[in-house]
Amino acid sequence: MISIQGLYKQFGNLEVLKGIDLEVEKGNVVVIIGPSGSGKTTMLRCLNVLETPTKGIISIEGNTLDFSGTVPKKNIASFRRLTGMVFQSYNLFPHKTALGNVMEGPVIVKNENKDHARKKAQALLEKVGLEDKVDFYPAQLSGGQQQRVGIARALAMEPKVMLFDEPTSALDPELVGEVLKVMKDLANEGMTMIVVTHEMRFAREAADEVIFMDQGVVVERNRPEIIFTNPKEDRTRKFLNMIQ
Amino acid sequence: MKMYLNSIFTDPERTARLMDIAQSSFLPLLKGAIFYTIPLTIITFIVGLILAILTALARISHVKVFQMIARVYVSAIRGTPLLVQLFIIFYGLPNIGIIIDSYIAAIIGFSLSVGAYTSEIIRAAILSTPKGQWEAGYSIGMSYSQVLRRIILPQAARVSIPPLSNSFISLVKDTSLASLVLVSEMFRKAQEIAASNYEFLLVYSEAALIYWVICFILSIIQQVFEKKLDRYV
Repeated sequence: MISIQGLYKQFGNLEVLKGIDLEVEKGNVVVIIGPSGSGKTTMLRCLNVLETPTKGIISIEGNTLDFSGTVPKKNIASFRRLTGMVFQSYNLFPHKTALGNVMEGPVIVKNENKDHARKKAQALLEKVGLEDKVDFYPAQLSGGQQQRVGIARALAMEPKVMLFDEPTSALDPELVGEVLKVMKDLANEGMTMIVVTHEMRFAREAADEVIFMDQGVVVERNRPEIIFTNPKEDRTRKFLNMIQ
Repeated sequence: MKMYLNSIFTDPERTARLMDIAQSSFLPLLKGAIFYTIPLTIITFIVGLILAILTALARISHVKVFQMIARVYVSAIRGTPLLVQLFIIFYGLPNIGIIIDSYIAAIIGFSLSVGAYTSEIIRAAILSTPKGQWEAGYSIGMSYSQVLRRIILPQAARVSIPPLSNSFISLVKDTSLASLVLVSEMFRKAQEIAASNYEFLLVYSEAALIYWVICFILSIIQQVFEKKLDRYV
């Protein structure tokens, strides 16, 4: 469903991604782990073209962007709508309520009827357990609640795949659980997900596949029970030993 | 000064004359404010603000030519006196066959000035909005102009209300310069009245008081605005 071929990304002289190849099956949950600076966030951001790859081919459900040439802006905008992004720092719109945040995309980008969009947004907020917070502004919500609004906002665009960029890293420890629960529910519903995270428990419990990245390449990919108990690569083992 | 004050309080005839002038000049001054000073300020500020947003966007765009045009414009306007600009537009341009009505000339001159000065305020406000806001907008499929209009500018507006109010209040007072290009705004009215009765202190003070009242009302409006925009932070 998702395929990445020969993905390179360079910032100035710094080569962050050095040829990534990856396939993700529909409905699978893929967790990407790795030390900081390994390129995992950059790879995720390339998938919705928040970073423009230096070269490589990305394809989601038959929509393909080939970055060896210049890609028209129009293609990028329509490609982005295939993905939903959840940010480490939530990035909610502070001047809009929870409901306003979730409705924004459907109303402005998809030109949906407002009443219809509102009902859908309410349902989504209920789904993430925030039915009583619809009229709250982000500043009135806890980090965990904000992140759940962030998830609802991304889901409102009905993406084919959800991308999570360290969604719990900015949260106080006691708020991590509520966000992970929403993510697990999503995974159980069959949503295709790519998750960059340091939450090894989530990886173990929810992932179909774990990818270990280091220095801009995929070092190892396998089912979580194998990666966590019996990794093949030395670098994977070292990394896991360090964090556990 | 002592004589002046003395004459007001001791000479009943003089007191009556001053009261009379204060009263009879009030309405013409107020008319000057309502029909010229205030509309001139509002029209100019709106046009100037649009110019400022365009200039700010040009400055932060990646197109070199836009950046250059914006830089030269801001530099030229900030580097020359407003009065000189007004004189060039109203008295200078006719030399090359461009004749502009005094009121229009004032609008053009003041708008260019407001545009240049406030473009820096707008630019700073846009840049102060976190990069993550752009990314969040893009991530739900919004275009550049949608993100700008729906996400960035509303947040930038909040930050820029205090400095913009400053510019607006300055503008109210700067419009008095339009008297020198023959716009019959409040201060020109004051000059005309004072020239006929020689009571300069009284008439100019009266004009000053009206300016003050206008600016005082504006600063109250600013506070209301700020409170309204502050509700979500």
